[in-house]
Amino acid sequence: MSLSETSAPGWKARFKRWFHSWASPKWFYEKSARWLPWLSIPAVLLILSGLVWGLFFAPQDYQQGNSFRIFYLHVPAAFLSQSIFMMMAIAGAINLIWRIKLADMAAKHCAPIGASFAILALATGAIWGKPTWGAWWVWDARLTAMLILLFLYLGVIALYSAIDNRETAGRSTAILSLVGLVNIPIIKYSVDWWNTLHQPATFTLTEKPAMPFEMWFPALLVVLGFYLFFTWMLFKRMRAEVVEREFKAKWLQKELTQK
Amino acid sequence: MPADLGFSALLKRDLKLAFRQKSDIINPLMFFVMVITLFPLGISPDPNELAVIAPGVVWVAALLASMLSMENMFRSDFDDGSLERMLVSPLPGFLIALAKVITHFLVTGLPLVIISPILAYMLNMPSAGYGVMMLSLLLGLPTLSLVGAIGSALTVGLKRGALLLPLLVIPLFIPVLIFGTGALQGVIMEQPVSGQLSVLAALLLFSLASAPFACAASLKVSMGNG
Repeated sequence: MSLSETSAPGWKARFKRWFHSWASPKWFYEKSARWLPWLSIPAVLLILSGLVWGLFFAPQDYQQGNSFRIFYLHVPAAFLSQSIFMMMAIAGAINLIWRIKLADMAAKHCAPIGASFAILALATGAIWGKPTWGAWWVWDARLTAMLILLFLYLGVIALYSAIDNRETAGRSTAILSLVGLVNIPIIKYSVDWWNTLHQPATFTLTEKPAMPFEMWFPALLVVLGFYLFFTWMLFKRMRAEVVEREFKAKWLQKELTQK
Repeated sequence: MPADLGFSALLKRDLKLAFRQKSDIINPLMFFVMVITLFPLGISPDPNELAVIAPGVVWVAALLASMLSMENMFRSDFDDGSLERMLVSPLPGFLIALAKVITHFLVTGLPLVIISPILAYMLNMPSAGYGVMMLSLLLGLPTLSLVGAIGSALTVGLKRGALLLPLLVIPLFIPVLIFGTGALQGVIMEQPVSGQLSVLAALLLFSLASAPFACAASLKVSMGNG
């Protein structure tokens, strides 16, 4: 690999080396130990400040009063569960193309975290639905799309756990999550179409009026905090996975006994 | 040219096998009829109520009947080792997948389309809907076979594959179900349905262009040489 490299590698070579370093669980395990505090502390600060601001200080909604405040948990959770699915499919594709072990680990551990965010979005949606729509569950287009997203996550998790060979499991779920990713916009579009056909336009909740800054900014903080929290959790899970897969490796035993 | 010959030979072989093993054709049909029988018994024999649910019931029952036979799309060829032979042959993987999908549709989907007017009549669906129902099934069921083939290929080597397959493919079937029943409800309410049928056709063309490749990749992964 380093044969063609000169003493001063260009940015291309450096990028290549940086990209290749992701193929090494050892590199990840050593580096990520130093990254964790940079993820966990900002995550907690952002989520706390966003939630405190949103729940106590942001102005009330002129129609829904205080009940709208669950928005600060609901929308970021829904947002994250969708991005995590995309991340899972991309990591799966990287695993399929370049056979990078860490990408496989990332894809594997995206699934339970993403499913948790989807459940959180559904639960907060139900709690929000009770005061606004008068029912814990209505077949609203967005809620239904979120439920189907949860089904897709559960399918990925079920497939992974059904296959004994770890490599086959990783590659099979990578294909499934890519197929799911292609289908998500189609499902979303069809559910939107189905909903507008069947329901009278009583639920205008999804069409929010343009929000003032003090209302949406705390939500943005929570979204950013959730992203960092997700990365933190993902790295912790991937580190545990590295330990599980590589526990016979010398470097890892050294690493673990040093502490 | 040799790849072409291999494709038609495979298609002929699969169709011949299916017609010898009549249960592949008859069992999904019986399932379709029996599931539809459950609805009047479970909900109400009132003709007006049945007419309301008929489009959804016919479509859901056809979807389930088609799905239940998907598990066998690659299973017997996997069990006796011929699937492995096919995959190492010069015939490209996506053509193997396509041959299996066409066989599945001709053996399972097409009989459902043909028998569906009888069941629609029993559910008191207005007769104006029969043509659109058959057309929507004709456009939708091949899409289900195409998408389901990916799930079937992913679960082919698994002992617990039978219950796993529906979990993987049902979420992916939802758009077809929505537009299939949408077309049917539209025609019963005397609205134009060319939009829904066009979307069904678009879904069919899109999955025809993409699913065989995903299916071939899944087969290779399942056989352990992806």
